[in-house]
Amino acid sequence: MALKKMKGTLERVLDKNMQDLVRGIRNHKDNEAKYVAECIDEIKQELRQDNIAVKANAVSKLAYLQMLGYDISWAAFNIIEVMSSTKFTFKRIGYLAASQCFNENTDVLMLTTNMIRKDLSSQNVYDAGVALNGLSCFITPDLARDLANDLMTLMTSTRPYLRKKAVLIMYKVFLKFPEALRPAFPRLKEKLEDADPGVQSAAVNVICELARKNPKNYLSLAPLFFKLMTSSSNNWVLIKIIKLFSALTPLEPRLGKKLIEPLTNLIHSTSAMSLLYECINTVIAGIPNHSASIQLCVQKLRILIEDSDQNLKYLGLLAMSKILQTHPKSVQAHKDLVLQCLDDKDESIRLRALDLLYGMVSKKNLMEIVKKLMIHMDKAEGTYYRDELLAKIIEISSQSSYQFVTNFEWYVSVLVELTRMEGTRHGRLIASQMLDVAIRVEAIRPFAVLQMAILLENSHLLANNSQRNGICEVLYAAAWICGEFAEHLKEPKNTLEAMLKPKITALPGHIQSVYVQNIIKLYCKIQKSAEENEDKELMKEMGQMLIDKLPMFIQSADLEVQERACCMLQLVKYVMKYQQKGGEVAEDLAELFEGELNPVAPRAQKKVPVPEGLDLDEWINEPPSESSDDDISKMGTNIFLPAGGDDYRTSFYDQNEKKATAEPSEEELAKIREARKVEQMHNPHYLKGEIKPGKKGDRSLLVTDIPVSHIDLSVPLHVPGIVSSDKYLKMAQSAEDGKKKKSKDKKKKKKKGQARESEDEEDVKPAHEVRTVEDMPEGAELSDKDEKDENDPYSHLDVNLDAPLRDDERLPVRTHRIVLDTPTKENSPSVGKKREKHKKESKEKKKKRDKDDRKEKRKEKKKKATSMLKEEPNLLKEDHEQIEGENVERVDDTTNAGASQSPDTSREVQTVNGTEKETKADDLDFWLSGGDTASTPSPTKSSSEPPTAEDKPKKVKKPKTEVVLSSEEETKEEKLSKKKKKGKSSKKDVKEKKDKKRKHKSKVDYEEADGITTPSKEQIPASQLDTPVNAPPMSGYKLLAENNCIKMTYETRVTAQRKDQVVVSVVFHNQTDNQIKDLEFNVLDSINTKLNRGIGLSSHEAVKVPFILPPNIMNEGQFAFTFQSISQPSKLKGTLTYIVKTDDGSTHEKLDFRISFPCSTYILATPCNGPDFASLLSSGELSEKGTAKCTPLQPEFSTNLLRICFYNHFKVVERVDNSASLYSRSIQGHHICLLVKQVDQVLSIDGKSTDSSLLSNVLDEIKITLTEAT
Amino acid sequence: MIKAILVFNNHGKPRLTRFYQYYAEDIQQQIVRETFHLVSKRDDNVCNFLEGGTLIGGSDYKLIYRHYATLYFVFCVDSSESELGILDLIQVFVETLDKCFENVCELDLIFHVDKVHHILAELVMGGMVLETNMTEILTRVEEQNKLEKSENYNLMPLLSGKGEAGFAAAPARAVSAVKEMNIPQKIKDIKLPDLPNIGNLKF
Repeated sequence: MALKKMKGTLERVLDKNMQDLVRGIRNHKDNEAKYVAECIDEIKQELRQDNIAVKANAVSKLAYLQMLGYDISWAAFNIIEVMSSTKFTFKRIGYLAASQCFNENTDVLMLTTNMIRKDLSSQNVYDAGVALNGLSCFITPDLARDLANDLMTLMTSTRPYLRKKAVLIMYKVFLKFPEALRPAFPRLKEKLEDADPGVQSAAVNVICELARKNPKNYLSLAPLFFKLMTSSSNNWVLIKIIKLFSALTPLEPRLGKKLIEPLTNLIHSTSAMSLLYECINTVIAGIPNHSASIQLCVQKLRILIEDSDQNLKYLGLLAMSKILQTHPKSVQAHKDLVLQCLDDKDESIRLRALDLLYGMVSKKNLMEIVKKLMIHMDKAEGTYYRDELLAKIIEISSQSSYQFVTNFEWYVSVLVELTRMEGTRHGRLIASQMLDVAIRVEAIRPFAVLQMAILLENSHLLANNSQRNGICEVLYAAAWICGEFAEHLKEPKNTLEAMLKPKITALPGHIQSVYVQNIIKLYCKIQKSAEENEDKELMKEMGQMLIDKLPMFIQSADLEVQERACCMLQLVKYVMKYQQKGGEVAEDLAELFEGELNPVAPRAQKKVPVPEGLDLDEWINEPPSESSDDDISKMGTNIFLPAGGDDYRTSFYDQNEKKATAEPSEEELAKIREARKVEQMHNPHYLKGEIKPGKKGDRSLLVTDIPVSHIDLSVPLHVPGIVSSDKYLKMAQSAEDGKKKKSKDKKKKKKKGQARESEDEEDVKPAHEVRTVEDMPEGAELSDKDEKDENDPYSHLDVNLDAPLRDDERLPVRTHRIVLDTPTKENSPSVGKKREKHKKESKEKKKKRDKDDRKEKRKEKKKKATSMLKEEPNLLKEDHEQIEGENVERVDDTTNAGASQSPDTSREVQTVNGTEKETKADDLDFWLSGGDTASTPSPTKSSSEPPTAEDKPKKVKKPKTEVVLSSEEETKEEKLSKKKKKGKSSKKDVKEKKDKKRKHKSKVDYEEADGITTPSKEQIPASQLDTPVNAPPMSGYKLLAENNCIKMTYETRVTAQRKDQVVVSVVFHNQTDNQIKDLEFNVLDSINTKLNRGIGLSSHEAVKVPFILPPNIMNEGQFAFTFQSISQPSKLKGTLTYIVKTDDGSTHEKLDFRISFPCSTYILATPCNGPDFASLLSSGELSEKGTAKCTPLQPEFSTNLLRICFYNHFKVVERVDNSASLYSRSIQGHHICLLVKQVDQVLSIDGKSTDSSLLSNVLDEIKITLTEAT
Repeated sequence: MIKAILVFNNHGKPRLTRFYQYYAEDIQQQIVRETFHLVSKRDDNVCNFLEGGTLIGGSDYKLIYRHYATLYFVFCVDSSESELGILDLIQVFVETLDKCFENVCELDLIFHVDKVHHILAELVMGGMVLETNMTEILTRVEEQNKLEKSENYNLMPLLSGKGEAGFAAAPARAVSAVKEMNIPQKIKDIKLPDLPNIGNLKF
């Protein structure tokens, strides 16, 4: 046996490693596939081995093969095996392979949750690092949900390396599990001010990514970022922040103003081009109205563009094009530079320069620029760039309804010239331009029709290129224009013949169908004119021609063509028959195609309302049986979709179909037409085709007369008879010259006036009028936005981050009975439904609790063992299986639930009157308004800001706020309760923040000096503060014990979900310069109160504190206590033992303490509204009464009230002057109602409750609270 | 965000591919080919930014690349990244490689693509820039290498002992010579001439 094993190992030694594989592949260049197949077989063999090293080797080879394009997903399970190795070497290999090939659909990923969790909390920093790295690549919504809390914990790790990675990965978590964003946000914000620059940079990075998609939610962070921007020297961070500002400034113009100075400073001072460039970008995006800054930017950009570094040139042009949108004038000044860049050898740069051209054109120079582009186009190599040029020509000419086109004859000729471009993909674009121009510019129709007729006659030149979206698309437009506006045709007969050439059948189907349709239109027109001229011969000839030629379309493979052709053929036959009898049909025929066409608005189709009662999903007939259904649907697609699935065609159909809906009536049309004709007659600039028929008509007819000199003969595919656009350019130029002369020689002015240019460029009159009417269904508006894309992952992240957290928003947390979890864990027991259920069951069997617990845990363990790979290290419970149900329950709980745990948001103290959101706006307002407070609009602001500006706001305006509170009590009740819940959870956060605050004293000063309420201000401990009053700082943490090594402070926490448990959160502060380890916490249990020690530990054993304290570091541990009665306060003696590790060695020391649980511990500030309170008092349920009197230390009633609320966990129900009613409830459901009055420094308290000893104890404690200094 | 990082040589052979968004293997190969096609036809003295690339990205995405001797380093990024910043990052990446491999050349990337991945992981995580400070990156990489070495060292006795936990990298390398049947070819391989070293070129 052993021998066999040994032999196996030896064989394995001969396995290929990755280098061998690479070498092998290089040696088998000819038959790589075969070699790799062999290798994969070997790998499969290796994966079957038990030896993890062999597996790891195999997996590393797989990772290499993956890069070469081989699918390795079949090995997913083996990869997970390697990932779970305890050896870092193998783990790393596993995670690398996983990050290469796992994705959301990898089903084995669900097995990894616990493994990854274990790695994340590994003692080895690199295990966690590698896990984070891998997770960032393959995180799924499930993993994100289950691990969110662990990752949150890592964000507060003591190692910057892990903090940094944990912060970054949160972005991925948010994308997959948007619910995590709100709970995690406060901590993320905190990391913006982390001591480690890497962590800070990561946090900036994440927030920038978030803010890019939903900037408005992050406006409140502006002051913080502003501070960072002015203090940071890390260019990476600066760039990110500046980029962020460019997203924020458009939403808040005042922010832009604030930024001008620092940004211009940076622009002047920085030597880093990247930073300079981003500053410019932000100025452009944020403060486009500050022309001095823009001018500065343009100057700087010119320097960039003139730089020899192509990268800077490129970026310069890129930024320039952004300025173009707001300050076209400033950019136009650098036209020379831009045109110069058009000749650059670098395509990227040429393309950028092209973008700029868009803004450079004017009526005056459009022709010139287009000419230049067309020359480029002839020279350009590479179809991509040529196509880009073509598109750009059309874009700059057609922008804002052909604003800059003064002469449409020129434009049509440009379009026709563009058809000569070989291999373009923009045939469709040209075609739609032709159609658009012909439809919108009525006066150009005669000219356009003539040009199109020439195109049709030369269709063989274009039809060669019948590729999809090729230039042959132009024929589509040509055919339609000739058919629709046939009255302008000089030789309709010739055109008709041209359209019936046999070669046409080689064109794509949708073009042929347009041909068929327009052949008939043409036929109708010819018939009509023939009838008028009584030219029976012609009528017959035409009919016969159609009857001869149309059958070629009937044979078309394209259904649409076939159908139309059949229809038309029958129509012609009918007409022929009718005419033989001597009837006149031309009038009726013409009516088939009557009516004006308008362009259809881009989204019109979508806006057509669905008629009432129309259900498109409804079966018209009974659905056929399943089997035949498939066949039909398959056939259906073949039958009804043209070969290419052309959306093009449908878009043109729309136009035709639309016609009926929005067509003006005949009379209206006639009127409009009449009016337009009159107008045109009187407009000297208006070109009318009919007026100079000789000129153009002859040219199109007599090929020999073509002014050849204008035409560039070297260009292939030249179509004779087409007017060169150059002619118009020359005309325009000569007119320009004429104008110059004119200004010199005023006598000639009148004559020259015929030229269409006038003095000023702005006054250049367009030669043709462009209609901008677009068809739209009634009631629909163009500006209507299309619905938000549901699939956009970012839309889920669009949440209000400043609103207080709701109770159901907490992250799914692994809960545990005995709080021994990682010290930094901020969420103490968030209790699941399961537990609550269990608790109810065991309510009466409290004494048997431990036993029950154990049983239940054992059950759970079993359950886990079946589904999970890993066993749980301690008493951890999974409750996320139940999350959904739980959430529902929690929502219900919110009304009566007490303090629960979730991170604090901000400005608790500040939320005086109004919601959080208002306050946020106020803060920002205040910050933004800077000096000119007078101009700030918000009325609430004035009331809320003075206290924040003061160092110790006491009670400046309490009466006012109280009134507000009571009047709005009902609406806010719930919100307040939520806030309160947050409060509790945040205590630890608060604590940390406080420390940080101390460290960053200077920063705080900076803030305060400005009187700004910024996020750093929010750190005033606000725990449990539910009374909306500006409070003096109060902390729930009390000193537990202290010696020269260690200091312990503690706070008690209870939740409504656990009626017999108190969690004590103890902060251990190492006050030495040595490491303290092996901390053990123990108390002497009393009958009433016991420390929850976990399974298998007797009641005398100590509980290990699960962390080591580095020098001068504080950390928090949580310990759960169970108790039976809450009516009596209790005190427990305890001991903390620990080992101090010094250079000389280590000493074992201990510290005794007394931990006290006053009755106030067990009560939860619970909101109660006035009416409920009154009915409770009158119900007689509260039988026990008690009173107390004392002279409090503080003279102000409000302060005292606040202290009661904070330290004794009450909530104000109503307050009138110096008296108030308060309410609270114990976690076991006892009501306590208090009436507090203060008269001449004496405070009297009347209490009512269901439990007398509880009441009297609480009253005593209140007295202590008020009379003893904290 | 960085969407993908590709390294390929002058002939379009991938040397490292890292996608921060999932693509099937065949699409990945297409992307590499397309990117190579776009990048390779550009002169060395034109700008390092490139738009287009239909498979990956879209209008918001840019290819930012650098060409070192025989290798192209291409980053596909969206508009939230600073163009010049990414160029710097590529530089940092290459310099780090140069430090870790001591005069890095294409062969290093060919045979140690895993190591290159590990180094890259210290720079970029999940498509976001993690660290740009080279000394920090180098310390992290070295610490992990040390950790790996110490583990491998511990494994050594196991090889001769129980044959349980497998073999270490060092003996495996020694054995690889035996496994390699095509010895003349191998010699050719080793001598692979004039692969210029990347580090000293065009910074």
